[in-house]
Amino acid sequence: MYFVRRILFAVPLLLVISALAFVLVHLAPGGPFDGERKPASPEIERNLQAKYHLDEPIWKQYCRYLRDLAHGDFGVSLKYRNHNVNDIIRQGLPVSVTLGGLAFCFAMAVGLPAGFLTAAWRGRWVDYVGSFLAVLAVCLPSFVVAPVLLLVFSLKLHWFPIGLWSSPWHMILPPVALGLYFSGKVTRILREGMLNAAQSEFVTAARAKGMGETALLFKHAFRLALLPVVSYAGPMLADLLTGSFIIESIFQIPGIGVFLVNSSLNRDYTLVVGLSLLYAILIIGLNLVVDFAYKLLDPRVKYE
Amino acid sequence: MLDFTRIRRIFRRMRFLFLPVAVLLTFGCSPPEPPADLTIINNIEPESLDPAVIVAQADMRVVQGMFEGLTRLEPVDAQAVPGLAQSWEISPDGKVYTFHLRPNLVWSTGEPITAQDVWYSWIRALDPKTACRYAGQLYYLKNGEEFNTGVITNSDMVGVHVLDPLTLRVELKAPTAFFLDLCAFPTLYVVPRQTIEKYGDRWLMARPLPSSGAYELVDWRLNDKVRLRKNPRYWDAANTQANIIDMLPVGAATTAFNLYQSGQADIVWDKELIPNELLDVLLKRPDFHAYTVLGTYFIRFNVTRKPFDDPRVRQALALAVDKDRIVNKITRGGELTASHLVPSGTRNYHPPEGPGYNPDRARQLLAEAGYPGGKGFPRFEFLFSGSAGGNNNQNIAIELQEMWRDVLGVQMDLRRVETQVFWGLQSRLEFQLCNSSWYGDYNDANTFLGMFQSGDGNNETGWKNSQYDDLIAAANNEVDLAKRDHDFQQAETLLIRDAAPIIPLYFYSGINYFDTNKVAGIWQNALDDHPLRSIRKIKAQP
Repeated sequence: MYFVRRILFAVPLLLVISALAFVLVHLAPGGPFDGERKPASPEIERNLQAKYHLDEPIWKQYCRYLRDLAHGDFGVSLKYRNHNVNDIIRQGLPVSVTLGGLAFCFAMAVGLPAGFLTAAWRGRWVDYVGSFLAVLAVCLPSFVVAPVLLLVFSLKLHWFPIGLWSSPWHMILPPVALGLYFSGKVTRILREGMLNAAQSEFVTAARAKGMGETALLFKHAFRLALLPVVSYAGPMLADLLTGSFIIESIFQIPGIGVFLVNSSLNRDYTLVVGLSLLYAILIIGLNLVVDFAYKLLDPRVKYE
Repeated sequence: MLDFTRIRRIFRRMRFLFLPVAVLLTFGCSPPEPPADLTIINNIEPESLDPAVIVAQADMRVVQGMFEGLTRLEPVDAQAVPGLAQSWEISPDGKVYTFHLRPNLVWSTGEPITAQDVWYSWIRALDPKTACRYAGQLYYLKNGEEFNTGVITNSDMVGVHVLDPLTLRVELKAPTAFFLDLCAFPTLYVVPRQTIEKYGDRWLMARPLPSSGAYELVDWRLNDKVRLRKNPRYWDAANTQANIIDMLPVGAATTAFNLYQSGQADIVWDKELIPNELLDVLLKRPDFHAYTVLGTYFIRFNVTRKPFDDPRVRQALALAVDKDRIVNKITRGGELTASHLVPSGTRNYHPPEGPGYNPDRARQLLAEAGYPGGKGFPRFEFLFSGSAGGNNNQNIAIELQEMWRDVLGVQMDLRRVETQVFWGLQSRLEFQLCNSSWYGDYNDANTFLGMFQSGDGNNETGWKNSQYDDLIAAANNEVDLAKRDHDFQQAETLLIRDAAPIIPLYFYSGINYFDTNKVAGIWQNALDDHPLRSIRKIKAQP
C-alpha cells in the first residue's frame, strides 16, 4: 500500500519537474536555431520558429508538449531534427545502462570487500593501505583517471582498445574509469558503517553471548553497515545509468551522457526536458528500490 | 581474529556479481558488422543529413556522398564540373541556363532521376514550410526570394522550369558568375520526392533510402557512426573508390588523435581535432597536411555605438594590431595574416592591400578623433564566444587587449559568453567589439563581400553604405569578369581601408591528417572539400 502511494505521488512530481525544466530552458538566452550564419531573410527564421511552434506562448507550448507526452512521444529534437527524443533515448540509453551497470558492478566488487577488510583489520596496514587508496579514488576526477588508464593500458601495454564501443574488450576500461570514484566512496561508507555497527548494543549483546568475531562481523555488523551503502547506491546508480559526459567523450561511447550536457548548450528544448524526465524517473524509481531494500535488510524498518 | 576460509566462502558467494556483468557485456554489444574500408573522423554528430536542413561543414561532408546536384566539385581544386547534368548552355546575358541531365540516371533504388526531381528539390528548399536556413542560396533564381518569403505563393513563377524529363531551364535575377558552383552546394542537391512525401521530416530513416550520389546510407546511429555503402547505380560508380565508409562523430581532439594514432581511423579532417598543445610537434610530421582555405578570422565593430561610430577610431584600432603576434603565438597552424577580408587565391579576384601594422599612424588617427594618447577614451568591452575554436578566441582577445593598451593607451574589458548566447547578442548588435569568422560557401568574392551590404542578415556591424551596396550590385550584374573584379576591389577597399567596420586578422588554414602511404585521393584545396567517392585506401603490397 505504501509503495503504491509512493508511485502515485511520483506522477505530480514528474509534472512539476517537466514544467520546471521546460520553463527554465526556455528562459535561457539564445535559441536552438541561433548560429553563426544568419538566414538570408528574417522570414526564414520566422518559418523555423513556426514549424516547431516556438512562436506560441510558452504555456501553449507546454500544453502541446504534455499532450504528446501522454501519447508517449517526447517530441522532435530541435538540434538533431531528423530524430525524435524517443529515438535518441532508445539508441543511447542501452549503451549508457551497460556502461553504468558495469561501473556499478565494479564499484561494488571492489568497494564492498575493501570496506569490509579495512574495517575488520582496523588500525593495521591493510586498513592504512586500503583507506589511502579509497581516498585517492575519491579524490581523482574521472578526467584524470581515464587518460591515465588509456595511457598505461592502451597506448603503452596495448591490452585494451583506445575507444569506441563494439566488443566486450571495449567495455573494460570505461567502466573502471567511471566506477573508481564510487568504489572509493563505497569502501569508506561501508568501513564507517561497520565500525559504528560494531559499537552498537546488539553487537555487544551478541558478543557477550559468546559469538565469534568473524560471525559477528558478517551476521550483524555487515548487514547493518550495508544500509548506508544501499541508500548511497540508489542515486549513484541513477547517476551511472544516465551516462557520463566525460567518460563517454573520452572513450567515444555512444551513450546519452553527452546529450545530457550538450542538449542544454544547444538549447535543444525537447531533448533537455525529455532527458530530465528520464533522469527523474530513474531517481524516483531507484529510491523506491532503496526503501524496499531497507525493509529487507533491517527488520526494525517498517513502512505504514 | 578472522577466519580466512569463511571470508573466502563469502567472497565466493559474490559470484552473483558476475551474472549481471556477463549479461551487460552481451547485451551492450552492437551486432557484428563487416569492417569499413575507410574510417573517417568527421567532427561532432551531424545535426541532420537532409540537404535542406544542414548548415555545418561536417554535415555537408557526409551528405555530399549521398546526394548530388546538377554539378559536382572535382576533388583536386574543388571546381564545379558536370554532375547529374552532363552539359548546359548559358544565354549571352548570363541569366538563363539550360541544363541537360545525363540519360539513364537512376536513384540507388532503381527509379529514374528526372528534371522533375531537380525542380521538386529546389522548390522544396524554397518552400517556407521546409524552413531551410540556407534558402538564400536559391535567392539568385528569379522569384526565388519572393516565393521563400511568401510574397508569391505560386511555385510556377520561380525561375526553374522542366522542359522535358532531361532538360531544365533556369532563369536568374542577375548573371551570377558562381551559379555553377552553387549547383554543387547541398541546398541544391537532388532529393527523393516520393520518400520525403511519404515519411515527412523522418524521411532519412527510410530504408532503403534512395540516394542520387555515390554512396547510400546504411546506418546512422547518433554519436556512434554514419555508415555509407557504395551506390552501384550511381552514374559514375565505376570511379567510386571505397565500398564501405564509416564516418565517426568525434568532438574531442585528444580522442580523435588517439583513435587515429592507434589505427582505428584512417583520416581526421578537421583542424579543431588536433590537440592544441601538440600542434607544434604534430605539424612537423609528414602525415599532417596544412593548407590555406577560404576562411577569415576578423573583428566586428558595432558602428552604431560611440566611440566606434567614428571611422578614425576604427582605423586606429585596426592599425595598432600586430597580426604576426597572433598567428605566431596563438593559432600556430600556418595561418597567414590578413589585411583584407577576401582570402588571396579566391577565383577571379585580386583583393586590395588593407591597413598593416602602423602604431604611429594609429596614435595620430586616435588623436585626430579627439583622444590623444587614449585620454578620455571610454573603457569598452570585447565580446567573444566560449567554445567555438577552443581557447583561441580568448587568447586573441587577451592579445588585442594588450596591444591596444600599449599602442593606444585604451582600456578594454573581456566578456566571454556561451556560443548560443553569443549569436543572439551579435545579431541584435548588443556588443561593442566581437570576434567573428567566415568561411566561403563557394569560391567567389561575393560569398565574403555580399554580407556587408546594408541590412544583410550577416552584416552585424550596423554599418550601412549605399556606395558599397551599389558596387556589389554592379559587380553581380556584370558578365565581364575583369570589370566584376574591379567593382569588388573598390567595394573591398571601402570596407577595409575607409570605413573599417571590421578588422581582418588572419586567413584560416585547414589541417587534415592521414598517412599518404595508406590513403590516397584527398587533395588540399581552398574550399577544404574532399569528395568521398575519390578517397581510397592503398592496399599494402604483399
